Amino acid sequence: MTDLSKLTIAGARDAMRKGDMSSAELTGAFLKEIEGAGALNAFVHHTPEIAQNQAKAADARIKAGDAPAMCGIPLGIKDLFCTKGVPSQAASGILEGFKPEYESTVTTQLFDAGAVMLGKLNMDEFAMGSSNETSAYGNAVNPWKAGNDGADLTPGGSSGGSAAAVSADLCLGATGTDTGGSIRQPAAFTGITGIKPTYGRVSRWGVVAFASSLDQAGPMTKDVRDSAIMLEAMCGHDPKDSTSADLAVPNFEAMLTGDIKGKVIGIPKEYTMDGMPAEIEKLWADGKDMLKDAGAEIRDITLPHTKYALPAYYVIAPAEASSNLARYDGVRFGHRAKLDAGDGITEMYEKTRAEGFGPEVQRRVMVGTYVLSAGFYDAYYNRARKVRALIKQDFETVFADGIDAILTPATPSAAFELGANFDPIQMYLNDVFTVTVNLAGLPGIAVPAGVDAKGLPLGLQLIGRPWEEGDLLNVAYTLERAAGFVAKPDKWW
Amino acid sequence: MSIDTETARRVAKLARIKVEDDALPALASEFSAILGFIEQLNEVDVDGVEPMTSVTPQRLKRREDVVTDGDQQVKVLANAPDAREGFFAVPKVVE
Repeated sequence: MTDLSKLTIAGARDAMRKGDMSSAELTGAFLKEIEGAGALNAFVHHTPEIAQNQAKAADARIKAGDAPAMCGIPLGIKDLFCTKGVPSQAASGILEGFKPEYESTVTTQLFDAGAVMLGKLNMDEFAMGSSNETSAYGNAVNPWKAGNDGADLTPGGSSGGSAAAVSADLCLGATGTDTGGSIRQPAAFTGITGIKPTYGRVSRWGVVAFASSLDQAGPMTKDVRDSAIMLEAMCGHDPKDSTSADLAVPNFEAMLTGDIKGKVIGIPKEYTMDGMPAEIEKLWADGKDMLKDAGAEIRDITLPHTKYALPAYYVIAPAEASSNLARYDGVRFGHRAKLDAGDGITEMYEKTRAEGFGPEVQRRVMVGTYVLSAGFYDAYYNRARKVRALIKQDFETVFADGIDAILTPATPSAAFELGANFDPIQMYLNDVFTVTVNLAGLPGIAVPAGVDAKGLPLGLQLIGRPWEEGDLLNVAYTLERAAGFVAKPDKWW
Repeated sequence: MSIDTETARRVAKLARIKVEDDALPALASEFSAILGFIEQLNEVDVDGVEPMTSVTPQRLKRREDVVTDGDQQVKVLANAPDAREGFFAVPKVVE
């Protein structure tokens, strides 16, 4: 085998089980790829020793015939996950030097299944951003370029490092997290697959919290089958997360039959936006035809409160963030500001947080503080929670009417240039198609489905019924096979 | 709603984030833009709607009320910027 980095998780698993290669070889190949990919700034903490040891252990397990699907599979881990003894900074200056004394449940499960950690991946600070430009590590860079234009593009955010790493073949899969679109938007921008499961499917324990009622972790992989395999290893009940669902985890891969005959796919009219690029409209229409040709029934639906999802999100997420990020006080972990003579504890808090948090995080913490403050709590926070209930009701209504999955564009554009300098609200609009899914707690998946005129990947999103990730993955698998997306970025790094 | 610099100063104080005086006007105008965007929510009729508390209907699990964890002082203090004699150390809080 010549280029191991081009394999999929499924392909590598099968090859290792047959004895065609070892995890040590595979891991070595990826460590070399990562070494040569500094220009992408995807991996921000490298863990080659851990990787080599895990690979060795995985090889022993595979040889013994006791190997789960993820055994020996080299992964990148988003910096938001606490990994024992390895820097876990959430791409923030305030967690500089923080090395957790514990392992997140998701990484524990992956490592117990034999997966190999290559290192930690770049992201927006505390997962707040849509372009990976708020990171304390600097921008991650999209491996894709717009035609002959050499300008660096964003890999999206917040899981920008995860997306860049998977797209550039620096790992077989990566963990991501998604609070408003942070798995699906970067997946769409880099031509890979990413699924945000139902809220409660994956434990949040040990994942640095942004907005606890919206955060969910999920896999980012080269194709739908790999997402199914990796998601299964990440899911499951965890007593350490009180919102974790005590439900059996199905064999998602076995549900990929490619048969969606009789399934009803909803097309929400509210997702047609003014000024939407013609290429995205066409992609959406093509996706509809592909699912129809595969035997699904296409039905127009309405989700009337869609327009209010982003404004509701930008109350609820900052409110929860302001509460969650109160723990960064310079006392228990991370950065503490240098104090002047006479400074008391309040000055310590204020200086530490001003130095440690970047501008977008400060902005959101303060907006959250404002909407929760006395006199505004009802007008902003409670109203947003009521609108959230209505958004969820919209989805419940269409599911009760027999809709199995909903097809929408994943993003309102292809990847844009780094440094485009949007104002905060323009940046927030990136999540216009994805954020409803978090507010309603539903599973959503982004699948690459085509390229634009400049050759940049475009993704479609499928939204499923709660807890029915298996069916959702099967629809996505059908769409993937019909779209036949095989383009890869030309290697320039 | 338009946010003035005094309100911006008060919010920064509540959030325990030091903002220099000369940065307050720009911050106030950013807040105003974001709150203007949020105010679209006023168009929605929310009469009789209960605010969402949990996105997936579930009852919290119960367990025996017993100690299940603890005795990890060294680990708890391992990442502290300043820890002394088994405690977190901070600037003087009371005179």
